[in-house]
Amino acid sequence: MGVNVRIIPRLDIKGPNLVKGVHLEGLRVLGKPERFARFYYEQGADEILYMDVVASLYGRNSLLDMVARTSREIFVPLTVGGGLRTLDDIRAVLRAGADKVAINTAAIRDPELIRGAAERFGSSTIVVSIEAIRQRDGRFEAYTDNGREPTGVEVLEWAERAAALGAGELMITSVDREGTGAGFDLELTRGVADRVRIPVIACGGAGRLEHVRDVATRGGVSGICLASMLHYNFTRHHRDDGEFEGEGNIVYLKTRESLSKIQDATIPQLKASLQAHGVPCRPVSTVYAPI
Amino acid sequence: MHLSESKAPLVAIVDYGVGNLFSVKHACEYVGMRARITASGEELLEASAVILPGVGAFGDAMAMLGRLDLVSVLREIAGSGKPLIGICLGMQLLMTESHEFGRHQGLGIIRGEVVMFERSVVKDLRVPHVGWNSIHPDAAGGWTGSLLEGLADGEFMYFVHSLYVSPDDSSVALSTTRYGGIEFCSSLKTGNVSAFQFHPERSGPCGLAVYRNLAVQIGGGMSEVTRSREGSK
Repeated sequence: MGVNVRIIPRLDIKGPNLVKGVHLEGLRVLGKPERFARFYYEQGADEILYMDVVASLYGRNSLLDMVARTSREIFVPLTVGGGLRTLDDIRAVLRAGADKVAINTAAIRDPELIRGAAERFGSSTIVVSIEAIRQRDGRFEAYTDNGREPTGVEVLEWAERAAALGAGELMITSVDREGTGAGFDLELTRGVADRVRIPVIACGGAGRLEHVRDVATRGGVSGICLASMLHYNFTRHHRDDGEFEGEGNIVYLKTRESLSKIQDATIPQLKASLQAHGVPCRPVSTVYAPI
Repeated sequence: MHLSESKAPLVAIVDYGVGNLFSVKHACEYVGMRARITASGEELLEASAVILPGVGAFGDAMAMLGRLDLVSVLREIAGSGKPLIGICLGMQLLMTESHEFGRHQGLGIIRGEVVMFERSVVKDLRVPHVGWNSIHPDAAGGWTGSLLEGLADGEFMYFVHSLYVSPDDSSVALSTTRYGGIEFCSSLKTGNVSAFQFHPERSGPCGLAVYRNLAVQIGGGMSEVTRSREGSK
């Protein structure tokens, strides 16, 4: 009855490189973001997410160039987040070719930014990203700066408020699960999905096909972000050493040792698994004919 | 065959300050058309085709078109026989009026109104409607001669919207799409005016086929039907 669940590759970006960490930290360099984005588009990704994890204004122009290059090559929606603080920042990313923006830190500091951005650019352009960490009392607290800074804001209340202020979608990252391959936090995604009537995207924890199925069938979500599962599959099949630039942890590129808990997969495999379990999604068979 | 840069047909993309104009431009260029983002009425009148894109609020968009003196220009283009294409909010703006936060007059190029998805109608209906959904031909003739020519019934396109159009004359509907329990008009065509609620420029290869069909109409490129028949790359 609902909408077809979206598979959204999440590309964490540091400088010119695609990186991947655990709990949003300990970043390893995996390669060039544009190559991954192009490959995922051709494989049938329903959207692409670029997250600038350094989020410094230093180097912002190179991110905008990367967004512009990517936007020319992929013809599915591109969402860009990380360090967007003002309406001008949002405008710049949209003008570079992003279709949507994800905001977190700035929205928590000034929730009115959500309203202003939704009025200016349209609700459907504004994704509010929430980084959640489970507390000892079982509640979830929203964090900023890649899960480093506590805010004292309770996640479910914040989700409801963000929706009321005009967010078009919510992206919920479980920092506890992120990069671990231990599965999505279904209590978190379900809790948020039950509180709002806008689409919710789950992020953080996918390690196996059944995790993706679980969050699609029981997590209440409309979209699913994946990183490690897809990236490690890509790097396993596309050896291209020396494609990184600048500084960063390149141990992975040299050793190719991925995390044992992650069973990598391709997007067609993921979608076939979802469809075999009755989860509607955009079929892969009609997706890509070379042009 | 590639047309030289200067001979390729020119598409004007109406710039009234909202929406991802760049993805529309990139899609046009990808299929071999030239594209210019402009708010100049003169440039719109000179182009071979005009695309009215848009994301955001209906009332603000109409106010902006008014300030830019583009309302009468767009009506003139609609009556001129030149292809005029509305996308997303651009489709809604073609209608008589919208019920988004009160009542707003539209361009009145197509008679009908723009209405909200009622969350109350279907339990668990999330609004905005975001994501991929299938389109089905509404007219008996299918999509022959339209910008959807060559696409299969049930093809998936990318949607992101909270309102949809309800034309007075339902025969203008080109396709319908179902969301929750609601079946709505997801594209329409009347004469030289076409409109899409989904985003062809963000709907992968199927969406690019729409742009390729436009390129053929205005004199460049190979139609989607010919292309698939010849199995060319």
